[in-house]
Amino acid sequence: MSWAFLRDLLSGVNKYSTGIGRIWVAVVFMFRLLVYVAAAENIWKHEHDEFQCNIKQPGCENVCFDHFFPVSHIRLWALQLIMVSTPSLLVVFHVAYRENREKQHNQKLYRNPGNIDGGLLCTYLISLILKTGLEIVFLVLFYKLYNGFKIPHLVKCDIKPCPNTVDCYISKPTEKMIFLYFLVATSCLCIVLNLSELSYLIFKYSIKCYLKRYMKKQQ
Amino acid sequence: MDWGALHTILGGVNKHSTSIGKIWLTVLFIFRIMILVVAAERVWGDEQQDFVCNTLQPGCRNVCYDHFFPISHIRLWALQLIFVSTPALLVAMHVAYRRHEKKRQFRKGDQKCEFKDIEEIRKQRFRIEGSLWWTYTSSIFFRLIFEAVFMYAFYFMYDGFRMPRLMKCNAWPCPNTVDCFVSRPTEKTVFTIFMIAVSSICILLNVAELCYLLTKFFLRRSKKAGNSKQQPNHENKEETKQNEMNELISDSCQNTVIGFSS
Repeated sequence: MSWAFLRDLLSGVNKYSTGIGRIWVAVVFMFRLLVYVAAAENIWKHEHDEFQCNIKQPGCENVCFDHFFPVSHIRLWALQLIMVSTPSLLVVFHVAYRENREKQHNQKLYRNPGNIDGGLLCTYLISLILKTGLEIVFLVLFYKLYNGFKIPHLVKCDIKPCPNTVDCYISKPTEKMIFLYFLVATSCLCIVLNLSELSYLIFKYSIKCYLKRYMKKQQ
Repeated sequence: MDWGALHTILGGVNKHSTSIGKIWLTVLFIFRIMILVVAAERVWGDEQQDFVCNTLQPGCRNVCYDHFFPISHIRLWALQLIFVSTPALLVAMHVAYRRHEKKRQFRKGDQKCEFKDIEEIRKQRFRIEGSLWWTYTSSIFFRLIFEAVFMYAFYFMYDGFRMPRLMKCNAWPCPNTVDCFVSRPTEKTVFTIFMIAVSSICILLNVAELCYLLTKFFLRRSKKAGNSKQQPNHENKEETKQNEMNELISDSCQNTVIGFSS
């Protein structure tokens, strides 16, 4: 079980997406998943070992690291990627349900089970709203947990068993900050893509509905 | 999810590229991505652990390392490779859109559609003309820009392409000026120069491809302008002959390039 599973999952979703949805999948693959695996993971690999405090008191470094990094950036990033990709499964499940229904009744119930209309449209819109919501939740979480998106190179720690206030140095703070900003930028890009897809679908189907009603009135 | 997935995505684009584009893709995968994964990552693997400063002051090493390496070479290269590969996705999306349109035509039973079944549409290789030409040319243009920007960023951040053995650091909390020693400086310099050289080759290949496409475009335009005065039948025969020759040339090139099945 690895990131390849997520990749296969998203490739399956791609089939039932709109054009903007496919761009979203490409952005998630190239700029988030690939960057995470190829570059970001290695920066945070030895973060605990390289976290150094100006003290010989045993336990002080552990306690200070735990206080300043309750959940590591890289773990939050991984969670965000997984959570944000999951709502698309709702669409896949709904299409599978439609195909199953057709098989059970042994007749063609839908013009095309993968066509975004009716119930599938609602499912698709809900998945878009969930995706956007989760992105925003994680961005707010990052902001609140780490007091903004900055990583200082020095933190002052005075938790027991550290005697008085101790200087603790974080490893590679500039590199971590660059990748954090990259994460925020790609998150915002994905939010924009989701919102445009949402407005596009709502606009398209309201025009369709309006035209249908207009034709009926004419008749 | 790793570079292999990128290989799968870009391999699909390979079918619709020019011969120079196929060479570029080979160079990208063999001389850049493979070297990065197999060799360069090992060289930079112990980067911070083996960065040693001549002081016992805790924190001094961390601060000096951060000061001299704001972003590691290996990460910059990974980002460069990702950004440089991304424009090819534009071409992949355009091809997918065209295929989708042809499938729709086929399903409607349009007589203009020349394909006998959907499998043929899936396997078809699109010629680089019309709107696909514009997409393809813009993707090459963006590739060039990204390559140049990253090379400049490299040069700017590290004051050239050499890795020094010794760096003098006086950032707080280091007392006075402290000597810090980089691990494997010669090996890192060798790989840096290698990656820069291959980057330059890729830039040259992109420039050559751009010139080739522009020349082809202007030749086609002048041919059309000239032939509009001649008889239409004669023009069609010559064009189809030229098309067949182009297909033969590009197919033979496709067979000689290693490792990419579509």
